Amino acid sequence: MAVDSLEKTAVSPTTPPAPVVRKVKRRKRGVSGWVVLALLAGVGLLMLFPFWIAVINAFKPAPDYIANGPVSVPTELDFSALVDFWGGVDFNRKLLNSVVISGSVALIAVALSLLSAFAIGIGRIRGRVWILALFMLAFTIPQEALVYPLFVLTRDLGLYDTMTGVVIILAVLQSAFGTYMLSSVLGTFPPEVLEAARLDGASRFQVLRLVVLPLTRPTMAVLMTFFFIWTWNDFFLPLVLLPSADNQTVSVALGALSGQYTSDPTALAAASLAGILPALVFFILFQRTLMRGVNLGAVK
Amino acid sequence: MSSSNTATHTVAPRRARQGTSERRSGYWWYILPGAVGFLAVVAVPFGMNLWYSLTSFRGVGDPVFIGLENYQRLLGDPLFWASFRHSVAFIVAMAILPTAIGVVVAAVLFNFISPKFGSKVASFLRATYYLPQILPIAVAGVLWKWMYQPQYGIINTTLRDLGLGGLAQNWLGDSDLAIYAVMNVLVWLQIGYTVVVFMAGLSRVDPALYEAAELDGATWWQQFRTITLNQLRPEIAVVLITTSVAALKVFAPIFVLTRGGPGTSTIVPAYFSFSNFFTTTKVGYGAAVASVLALMISVVAVALLRYQTRNSEGFEDGRG
Repeated sequence: MAVDSLEKTAVSPTTPPAPVVRKVKRRKRGVSGWVVLALLAGVGLLMLFPFWIAVINAFKPAPDYIANGPVSVPTELDFSALVDFWGGVDFNRKLLNSVVISGSVALIAVALSLLSAFAIGIGRIRGRVWILALFMLAFTIPQEALVYPLFVLTRDLGLYDTMTGVVIILAVLQSAFGTYMLSSVLGTFPPEVLEAARLDGASRFQVLRLVVLPLTRPTMAVLMTFFFIWTWNDFFLPLVLLPSADNQTVSVALGALSGQYTSDPTALAAASLAGILPALVFFILFQRTLMRGVNLGAVK
Repeated sequence: MSSSNTATHTVAPRRARQGTSERRSGYWWYILPGAVGFLAVVAVPFGMNLWYSLTSFRGVGDPVFIGLENYQRLLGDPLFWASFRHSVAFIVAMAILPTAIGVVVAAVLFNFISPKFGSKVASFLRATYYLPQILPIAVAGVLWKWMYQPQYGIINTTLRDLGLGGLAQNWLGDSDLAIYAVMNVLVWLQIGYTVVVFMAGLSRVDPALYEAAELDGATWWQQFRTITLNQLRPEIAVVLITTSVAALKVFAPIFVLTRGGPGTSTIVPAYFSFSNFFTTTKVGYGAAVASVLALMISVVAVALLRYQTRNSEGFEDGRG
């Protein structure tokens, strides 16, 4: 139910979704049908093409590339470019950093969102409209307008160049969005359920833990997935606040690659592939969640 | 809960008031962590940024108050204007083009391909368009930088193989071309998002509308113009606004692909303030740029908010 209403509010601001019972009536395909299909498939191939050539060239020996160019399929599999890149930037370390940071941010941000949304959506505290407007400000504001003070503050607090600092900052920023999202879901929470819990003598915290939490779990799963992936992809704040190589995330490590990798024609393909792989894993793991919640904002 | 238990014994109107006010006050505790976080991570830093923008501050020592001088200087700075001009280009690349392409592609997939070839074919094509969306922008940047590479990059080698070597360019290194090269990457990134949103939107349109139009002998194009565009109006508006906000904030693709160059030919406000902060350490000036950017984005975001409140419920993310 929770996910349903999340989808509804996100997708259709005006009309409730009409029951989609489309009859699969196959009209005559005709020549025009095939032409259009070929055209769209062509566009699809263009979209996928960069992925394809990154994959084939990541395993291509450099002399092969120089002789036959990037389009040809490699005659033999050569892992050296990938191995060089992996070892050269200590990619295992970056993966670990990204997993730790994204995982912590997702957990903390969802917890913060739930607490705030509980007060706003269920508690209907006074001034909630203004509080929500402020939270909305938090995720629309460009991070450039926060970054220098955050740099100064984390430095003074000893949190500069620590994962803790980045986790706290990103968790708060993302929970602003989560609060916004969850508040409206909780705002439509069936009042009779809450009333029943109260009559049974449940405290506020018990209502949160035993009634609200289980019923909103699907929504929170969507939010957590998004927080994880947003954090994984995040670039600006981790770039500024985690300068040392030991703390870098995957995104920043790739984005900040210097000239050393541009002389060798297959090195950047290997680097791209290393960046694509985890993203692809998430896509396969979370595909349904992603497509369901895409309206949450894949604009990043 | 004690309050509601005792309240049931008192008179009705008093019960309601007493019950709610006491019940509500206890909920304040739950917003405390979020509020403290907001203060520490958003409110205070934003205030500090505004203060820096009124000062001359080189990152070390104390900021010296100089009033609105930074803002005055901004208005006369060609770089500032160039960065916002480039923002317009990125609104075209991230908002306008993907929306236009996305709406057509979504409609063709939904109303043409799906009935003729089955919904599996349509979903498969949708997934291929969506794939670039899953990449961290930094990774997309590295990938395209490699393809744009002038000597061995795939674009130039292919052109040469086709005998079109004359068209080969230093795509990211030519100050006239670089911005188009970056725009191209962003269109590639964004199309999947718009296609998916618009297809979701189309799934709530009553199929009877199309059936009626079909009976009246309307062509596909007429149906697209009269039904699809009208029915998708809410999605189109929301997508245009959120992607415009993202375009105004664009940073990572610029950082990875061109670092604002060559020269200043692809500089954007976000990168301009970043380089003032951390490269030239003109912190006060950078803070002023960031404040102006924040103001502009707020204007667009308020437009979004008004649009959404007009449409009662429903909201979208406005993040970049």
